[in-house]
Amino acid sequence: MKAVVTNKLTKKFGDFVATNEITFDVAQGEIFGFLGANGAGKTTAMRMLCGLLKPTSGEATVAGFDVYKQSEQIKQVIGYMSQKFSLYDDLTVRENIRFYGGIYGLNRTNLKAKSDAIIQQLGLGSVADKLTVSLPLGWKQRLAFSVALIHDPKVVFLDEPTGGVDPITRRQFWDMIYEAAHRGTTIFVTTHYMDEAEYCNRVSIMVDGRIKALDTPGALKQQFGTDSMDGVFQILARGTSTK
Amino acid sequence: MTGQAVNNNPMDAIIIDHLSKAFGDTRAVQDVSLTVREGELFGLIGPDGAGKTTLFKMLVTLLLPDAGRATVAGRDVVRDFRALRTMVGYMPGRFSLYPDLSVEENLSFFATVFGTTIEVNYDLIREIYVQLEPFKKRRAGALSGGMKQKLALCCALIHKPAVLFLDEPTTGVDAVSRREFWEMLQTLKKRGLTILVSTPYMDEAGQCDRIALMQNGRILAIDTPEGVEHLFRKPLFAVKASDTYQLIQDLRKAPFTVTCYAFGEFLHLTTKEGVSAASIQQYLIEKQHSNVVIKPIEAGIEDSFMALMEQ
Repeated sequence: MKAVVTNKLTKKFGDFVATNEITFDVAQGEIFGFLGANGAGKTTAMRMLCGLLKPTSGEATVAGFDVYKQSEQIKQVIGYMSQKFSLYDDLTVRENIRFYGGIYGLNRTNLKAKSDAIIQQLGLGSVADKLTVSLPLGWKQRLAFSVALIHDPKVVFLDEPTGGVDPITRRQFWDMIYEAAHRGTTIFVTTHYMDEAEYCNRVSIMVDGRIKALDTPGALKQQFGTDSMDGVFQILARGTSTK
Repeated sequence: MTGQAVNNNPMDAIIIDHLSKAFGDTRAVQDVSLTVREGELFGLIGPDGAGKTTLFKMLVTLLLPDAGRATVAGRDVVRDFRALRTMVGYMPGRFSLYPDLSVEENLSFFATVFGTTIEVNYDLIREIYVQLEPFKKRRAGALSGGMKQKLALCCALIHKPAVLFLDEPTTGVDAVSRREFWEMLQTLKKRGLTILVSTPYMDEAGQCDRIALMQNGRILAIDTPEGVEHLFRKPLFAVKASDTYQLIQDLRKAPFTVTCYAFGEFLHLTTKEGVSAASIQQYLIEKQHSNVVIKPIEAGIEDSFMALMEQ
């Protein structure tokens, strides 16, 4: 079964067509890069797929659930992380894990095991009972990613997860993404770092509400006759972004 | 005085001399010294939490240093703060224009505050402002991200500052808008403006005349972009194969590996001295990898930054 399937998915706000008949699918365990200029319609599309926004027309399923009729089921089988919204600063590391685990209905035994596993895996033992606000940004981001995976979701949506972190931490974060995908979790990720687009199995590029290109990074570079994803992005998005 | 001697050429646009600032236990800026020459486009490169914003705020007189001193355009940032405020343009990292005022109103507000008019200095902002002109009646809060950024730049320029401070102008901005923004900065530089700009994007470093790499409140290196690249001394290879995930795992376990990180399409592999591409190839073939490509490469800014972080 495909993790995400859309068919002419569209969202209008008044006269403005934010997402214009986008059609694509994402395989189970795939790392799918969802790129586009600011204002191209990525966030709107992502919100529809997360069950947070009703489409105007078209179809979409996430983990087999319909975005119109089964948005509550969708919310239970997806994880979400963004740079802006992730953890509660004034809860401790352990409390944050317990809070999100509780929301997703993990039982007490399961929650204890998960908390210990996350804290051990991330090497957070010495700060487990410290407030999250005191953690370096890179640690917070890795913790937020682990928390987004706490209920073993089928699909994880990552909205610019690596903004602002140092280059080593950014790569450690991608190591975690690779591992999650290797275990079968589908990764749906947006980023402004074009080198990160290369780490995806396939990449789609949105321009003005439409998907203008979708393929593996290798095939896209070949198609547009350039040696980097930045080159592909500049060719597709330039000229339209300032209008 | 300890540390390197500071060049005190009075012609230098920014002179930072052992500047420090702490917030409680957090030592945001630690003993930073650097000089920005007149007309230079100087980049402060580092991740969130490096201390870039704190350093900026001290230079534009919004924060008092705990120790050290600094001058901007020949004025002391503490003693001459009033005079200095009229001489610097500052674009903070967070959007800080008036969202309820229109594009035009924001610009004329900033011009008036600095005792000038849009007309007097229009020449300096014309190339940027023409892109905003179709939206001049629109509320600033309703502009797209790229347009807000252009308006903020115009507002920071409207009093014709001697030195322009841009704190992470391209953070969260897409790759196309980022490139356009740097083109605007190159144009301003040609007009003789001194610009200090900070960014977490390593790929923007090459646009600057000189850069300082910053991490945890300290300067790791100051040089031209090429100079920083040459700080990287270990053997470096770009490697790729069909299964990237397995390739990273295997290379990190290899006896010859120092570090192995993903770099776009390729992995960047730092090895011990005297390791040949052929021996890496042999190791990977034994591990059943297919379509293996290995080539020795020159380090980029990001390689250098990571190597300096690990020292």
